[in-house]
Amino acid sequence: MEKLRYERPIIRRLDSEMPNKFGMRTDYRPTTQIEGVAVKTLIEEFGSPLFVISEKVLRSQYRKARKAFTTRYPKVQFAWSYKTNYISAVCNVFHQEGSWAEVVSGFEFQKALGNGVEGSKIIFNGPDKSEEDLEMAIKHNSLIHIDHLDELYTLTELADRHKTKPRVAIRVNMDTGVYPMWDRFGFNYENGQAWDALNKIMHSGKLELVGLHCHIGTFMLSTQAYAVAAGKLAELAIGVQRKFNHTIKYIDMGGGFTSKNTLKGAYLPGSDTNPSFDDYAEAITTALLNADFTAEYLPTLILETGRALVDEAGYVLGTVISNKRSSKGKRITIVDIGVNLMFTSFWYDHKVTPAQEFTQYAEDTTLNGPLCMNIDVIRESVSLPLLNKGDNIVVHSVGAYNMTQWMQFITLRPAVVMIDVDGKPHIIREKENLNTVNGQERIPIHLNRFEL
Amino acid sequence: MRIKKNIAISESGFMFNPITGESFTVNPIGTEILQMINDGFESDQIIEAICNKYQVDQHTFDKDLTDFTGMLDHHHLSQHHDKEEA
Repeated sequence: MEKLRYERPIIRRLDSEMPNKFGMRTDYRPTTQIEGVAVKTLIEEFGSPLFVISEKVLRSQYRKARKAFTTRYPKVQFAWSYKTNYISAVCNVFHQEGSWAEVVSGFEFQKALGNGVEGSKIIFNGPDKSEEDLEMAIKHNSLIHIDHLDELYTLTELADRHKTKPRVAIRVNMDTGVYPMWDRFGFNYENGQAWDALNKIMHSGKLELVGLHCHIGTFMLSTQAYAVAAGKLAELAIGVQRKFNHTIKYIDMGGGFTSKNTLKGAYLPGSDTNPSFDDYAEAITTALLNADFTAEYLPTLILETGRALVDEAGYVLGTVISNKRSSKGKRITIVDIGVNLMFTSFWYDHKVTPAQEFTQYAEDTTLNGPLCMNIDVIRESVSLPLLNKGDNIVVHSVGAYNMTQWMQFITLRPAVVMIDVDGKPHIIREKENLNTVNGQERIPIHLNRFEL
Repeated sequence: MRIKKNIAISESGFMFNPITGESFTVNPIGTEILQMINDGFESDQIIEAICNKYQVDQHTFDKDLTDFTGMLDHHHLSQHHDKEEA
């Protein structure tokens, strides 16, 4: 006789407190496949843990965002935020869709060039641009977004030295009514720093002022803040037009749009509450269209949104290592996905689903990673079905920042696979090996040998 | 070990402790194990019975049974042969 499917025995105390009015668990179905490819097959073929990216979702997210803006505003350009995910295959999906590149370091700049992005379509942001970086950007006729006066003066010197007129914008920070105010980047609007910088650029005559840039925050739940920011940048642009009869060609609203992830401490799930592309687009484009631009001088709207385009396309697959109990009797499940791979587990309560069928029984579980560190917690408390050693899990919406902020710590970083629009998986970043680490190291001769 | 005499267990996996007023749910395999405990089965007999019936190896079930009986202790639902009933 065939044996029955096993489920480990559990006992759960029924709480007689106030019931959760939003119900208990909402995910009653396992994630057995991603874009038609079985999770088990992916793990068998590429190992566990494993990052998986859906090309289909990347493209559909981009098209959704583009549609939201282009239906409301006549001139829109997206620039892919490299720091959000600079795996070349991911960047190239966005470049194929028409995105320029937005970079914040010389390394990212070179990566964009290497991917085949024309220098004139690279936006160079960030507070740390070395003289070599700036020379590279000038040589490629890129758009340089000035962060501080030191950079402005360096650029002026370089313009003299190379007898060229670099294309520049300034980054503006401002009070948009949200906390915290990001005032460490760029020039402040309210205290006049931004206007001073614009005057310096225009009077020097050595730089070509082409744009204005802001990036008001990250995971911005308020769309109204963007309306305020767009209005303030429009004021500056109109001021430059009036005083110098000089047209600002573009307004770059940066990024900071939310994905559908749920921030830690949020009462409601992000999928229900976070603004949509249409919400952001309505706020930004309305503010720009209502400003005093004539139709002839309406600036191009540039958007550098990263997270909102890539987060939902990313998954990380993992395997259960062990089940334990805490001293207070709480279930602890250890999986092979650690915080070294999932930096965003410090920010979000990521959705986690089993990759195999399960019953209706669940336990309040702490999901720990494999690192020998107490901080290695993927979910502090999540109601999960009964997982056994060797079972697989899928963590959702991990496409943003994890594959750039991950750390090689204790374990090596896993492979990244992209599933193309036809459902075919491709390795887009190989799993690391010992040589990835040791290859960079050098041992002085006197430390080569020892006896124990 | 055995389940305390005053604990009510239904066939559908509902447990009630009339002293503390606490209620518990147990999944079907847990209910089956509770029944075996009440019938006087020792641990090795329970392991043999479950491993014969379900797709589980002895080591895995031994670990899960230890965890389950540990939780019965944790919730003060069980007592051991050598101790007086609380």
